[in-house]
Parts: sequence; structure tokens; C-alpha cells
Amino acid sequence: MSGVITPRGASRTLLSINSLLVFLFFYAPIILLIIFSFSDNRNVGVWGGFTLDWYGEFADSQPTRKALWNSIQIAVASTIVSVVLGTLGALALERFTFRGKQVFDALLYLPIIIPDVTMAVMMLLFFAELAGVLGLSKGFATITLSHIAFSISFVSVVVRARIAGMDERLEEAAMDLYASRWQAFRYVTLPLIMPGILGGGLLALTLSLDDVVITQFVAGPGWTTLPVFVFGLIRKGVTPLINAVSVVMLLASMALVALSLFVQRVRTTDSA
Amino acid sequence: MTAAVEIAGITKRFGEVVAVDNIDLQIDDGEFFAMLGPSGCGKTTTLRMIAGLEFPTEGSLKIFGNEVGTLPPNKRPVNTVFQNYALFPHMSVRDNVSFGLRMQGTTKSEANRRAGELIELVQLTGLESRKPGQLSGGQQQRVALARALVNKPKVLLLDEPLGALDLKLRQEMQNELKSLQRELGVSFVFVTHDQEEALTMSDRIAVMDKGKLLQVGTAEELYERPLNRFVADFIGQTNLLDATVADDDMIVLGNGTKIKAPNPHSPGTKVAMSLRPEAIEIGRRGDVPADHVATSLNGVVSAMNYLGHSLVYQVKIDWIDLEVRTDPVASEDRLGPGDDVSIWWDRTADWVVPDE
Repeated sequence: MSGVITPRGASRTLLSINSLLVFLFFYAPIILLIIFSFSDNRNVGVWGGFTLDWYGEFADSQPTRKALWNSIQIAVASTIVSVVLGTLGALALERFTFRGKQVFDALLYLPIIIPDVTMAVMMLLFFAELAGVLGLSKGFATITLSHIAFSISFVSVVVRARIAGMDERLEEAAMDLYASRWQAFRYVTLPLIMPGILGGGLLALTLSLDDVVITQFVAGPGWTTLPVFVFGLIRKGVTPLINAVSVVMLLASMALVALSLFVQRVRTTDSA
Repeated sequence: MTAAVEIAGITKRFGEVVAVDNIDLQIDDGEFFAMLGPSGCGKTTTLRMIAGLEFPTEGSLKIFGNEVGTLPPNKRPVNTVFQNYALFPHMSVRDNVSFGLRMQGTTKSEANRRAGELIELVQLTGLESRKPGQLSGGQQQRVALARALVNKPKVLLLDEPLGALDLKLRQEMQNELKSLQRELGVSFVFVTHDQEEALTMSDRIAVMDKGKLLQVGTAEELYERPLNRFVADFIGQTNLLDATVADDDMIVLGNGTKIKAPNPHSPGTKVAMSLRPEAIEIGRRGDVPADHVATSLNGVVSAMNYLGHSLVYQVKIDWIDLEVRTDPVASEDRLGPGDDVSIWWDRTADWVVPDE
């Protein structure tokens, strides 16, 4: 890029200090967390020598493992559903005109704007009122439905941006070349918006794995996700077990991000 | 012989807007046919209706005798070269070209073999594995051509296919397209706003404006015998003089001058007389040959430009400036600014067209 300037003198020093501080601010807590997850002392933040016990306890602890498994199940289920619905919504808004389109457009993004707590209360009320009708008990179903409800918006925002950037005539060209509507979607539209779908899916997965507030409201007895479980542990007294759990969650998120970057990289080199 | 494309009474409305207004058109098999007009004249909409990308609001559209009015594009024996090509960016050149065949259920190896033939035809051998983004504009154009032609369409539709190319490449592609069309013997229907391009390449040209089809004919017919003011003005260069018909052999120009001009219009009709710059003779005031007096005007030279192969005079005739083009003459015989001159023309060379 021609606009890049190499800083010199005092500005260079100050810029270096700035970036150092920013990185410190970002990563110091993470590094501390990782270090103390290996600490052999019941008090968080007091170093008591190296141990892997907390990870062992995490692996052995029945409730922790169950919470983790719950989290994964909910994240996967809600991601799949919200990716499908969010993508369909995005396609409808970008490719078709229909009655009430503008209203639908505005309403679709409501969950992004509404505060989590409001959303949580709404969901709680909804399930409480309709528990009898829907036959849902609080747990997997209610949590998954809630996560789908907010994830759809995020997925469709990401996918829509991708569709908007795509030349509509590519679909016309496909149909001119004897593709049916479905084939045009399958071989032209879908591959071109796939990075958006993957990005949206990843976002949905992360949001679902992270969510505490909404999940806490709609979770039932005996049905908890990992973040809510960790939150509960803190109230009982903090042990380095929390650190270990957090490190595992951190590594899982990083692995997801790395995976998505890798997938997109393969796709772009494949298509470049 | 059945026409390749037969359009009868086609109208296309987008809400209140009439994009194409009741046109009739026949395109013959094996013809290089151009649709010419300014942007927004309805030429692209007409092309898209032939392709099946738009459906007519009214009227009938037949391709080789079969009504296709509301058939989707994938059910029609025509293919399109899109403006800016619309190549699939995520597919290689080979996959782009073989796409149509694969969609029709041709086996992958057969599709690739035929794609290879077309890639050779458009001289892109060696670039099969490239993606469109790695090709130049001219190469992309060739991929778009190959991708359409590989399906052996009965009619090839081209939407401003050369618009994105620079001048030199465009002229090269014009010749290539023309010889490709002759070689394949398939009808090419070609949309352009560039009259020179249309005149150079086409067997016949349809001139459109504001959704209406104004005239269909060979380049010569359009140039020599325009049916109305718009066609006279749009094809080539001309001087247009507003006039009113006096009788079948006389018109009255805007300033009251009477001019001999045989015409088929009824007296009182508003007309325009189109005088091509090269059809006008020029000489010193009073030098008008006796048999041309009734088709002459007096004026003053306001400018003269020497263009090598011709001389171009701007002549001020009372209320209007005319352009006159003559063969170059020795410099002492040239007329200069301020000279009183007469201009005249053959009676066979005048064009009186309805003023619409």
C-alpha cells in the first residue's frame, strides 16, 4: 500500500509502547488464567506449585462434564437451525419482493438490539405461558429455542452482506445455461455465499456457547450449560477448577476460530 | 423458412413504466442482427425477453416457430453473453465453459472434451485451470463466448458484449465475432448503443427509442432512407432542418424559404429534412448550377477544418449552422471564414422525414 508511513523518532517509541499496552491489556488476564489453572492451591490467585489436578477434577466431575456436553449439544443444534433459517431469511430479503418485506426486515434485527435481560424475560414468559400448549419442560428444548431465536438475526446479517455483494446476474447466467432454479442455487449461489454462511454459523456457535443471561432464565433444574455452571461455581466459592474450565473453553473457542480461518483459507486458495 | 426469432405485438411493462411498447420483429436464421438505441430504449429488455429472463406483459414470442413467451431461460434453445460477462468467479475457465453441458446432464468427461474444443476455438488453450479473476477483459469475453456457444444455441444473444473493452481490442473482437458468426451460421442478436459497432457488424439493425421500434433495415437502408427524424439523427452524422410540407414536391423551411423536395406527406405535416454533410455541394455565392437552384441555400462560411481526407465547412444559413464535407482541394481553391457561399444538393439526395 502506498499510504503506509514508517514512523520515526518519538512517535515510533510511543506507538511501540501503545501496542505493548494494548497487548498486555488483552492477554495478561488470559496468561494469568492459564498459569493459575495449574496452581496447586485451593485459593485462586495463590501459586502453590504445578499440578494438573484441576484438569483431572474437571474430567472426573460428573456435573462439569454434563454441563459441557449440554453446551455442545445446544450449540450444535441451535447453530444448525439458525444457519438454515437465517440464510433463508437473508435470501428472501435480498432476492425476493413480497408483502410486508420492510416490516420483516426491521423485525428480523430486533434480537440484536434488545438487551439480553429483556430477551431472557421475554423467553421465560413465553415458555411459562405456553408450557402447557407446547408441552415443553425447561431444559434442552427451551434453551435451544432461545438460542435459535437470537442467533437467526446474527446469521442473517452476515449472510445478507455476502449475498448483497454477489452479482445477481450470475444466477441469471446459470439459468440461461440450463440450470434449474435449484441447480443455480446449488452450484452458483451457495458456493459464493458459503463464506458468509460459515461465518454466520461460527458466530451462532460462539454466541450459544457464551450465553449466560438468557440461558440462566430458561434453563431448568438439572439442565445447565457450561457457562451457567461456571457462574454457579463462583457463587459457591472460587477454586482453580474454574480456571481449568475457563482454559478449556478458551482453547475450544480458539480452535473454532482457527478452524474457520483454515476453512476459508482453503476455499479462497481453491478459488483464487 | 421459419424465422429464428419472431416477435409479435410484444409489450413489457414494469409497473407504470412501459419498457417495450408493442413491437414486431423477425430475426432470420443465420443473421447477424443488432438492436441499437440509446440507454433505456428497451433493447436490453427485448433481449432479456428472448432469453427468458423477463416475460412479456403482452404479445407472442416464438423461437423457430415455438411459442416461448413464458418459458424459463433453462427451457429455451438460446444462450446469452452477458454485459460484463457474468462469469462464475469460483469456477475455472473449463468449469465455466462446461457448465451448460453439465446442467443438461452430459457426462463430465464429454462436457470437458467439448469445453476443450470451444476453448480452442476462442484461443484460450492453456488457460483452462485459471479463474476468471486471473484473466484480462478480452480473455473473459472469450470465456463468456465459449460458455454460451458450447451449448450449440440456435440463437446467441449478446448484451453489449464489447462495452467493457478498450477501443483497439473492441475493433479486434468485432472482426472476430463477425467471422465466428459466419463460421457457425447461428443467428447472433446483438444489443449495442454504439451505432458504428452496429453498422460494422450487422446484417440488419433494429433502431429503438423509448420502447418503440423505429426502423429495421440494413445499414445502408437506415443511412440512406431513414423513416423518421430519430433514425436520421442517430445513424451517422447529419444536418436536420425543420420544415413544413407545402405539397408533394415542396417544403417550407423554418425561415420561410421554399425548397424543392419530393415527399409522400400530406400538406401541413411537420417534417425534418436530413442533409448528410457529404451530400452537400458548396461554392461561391451564385455558382449554383441552374438545375439545382430549387435545392440550394445561401450562407456564410463560419469555419473551415482541413482533415486530410476531407474538408469540413461550418456554414451559417440564416438561422442554423450546417456542416458540409467535401473532398480536399488545393489551398487557393478553398473557401474561408467570412466567404459568401451557396450550398446545393441533388434532389435524389434529400430526405424528408416525419418530425417525431
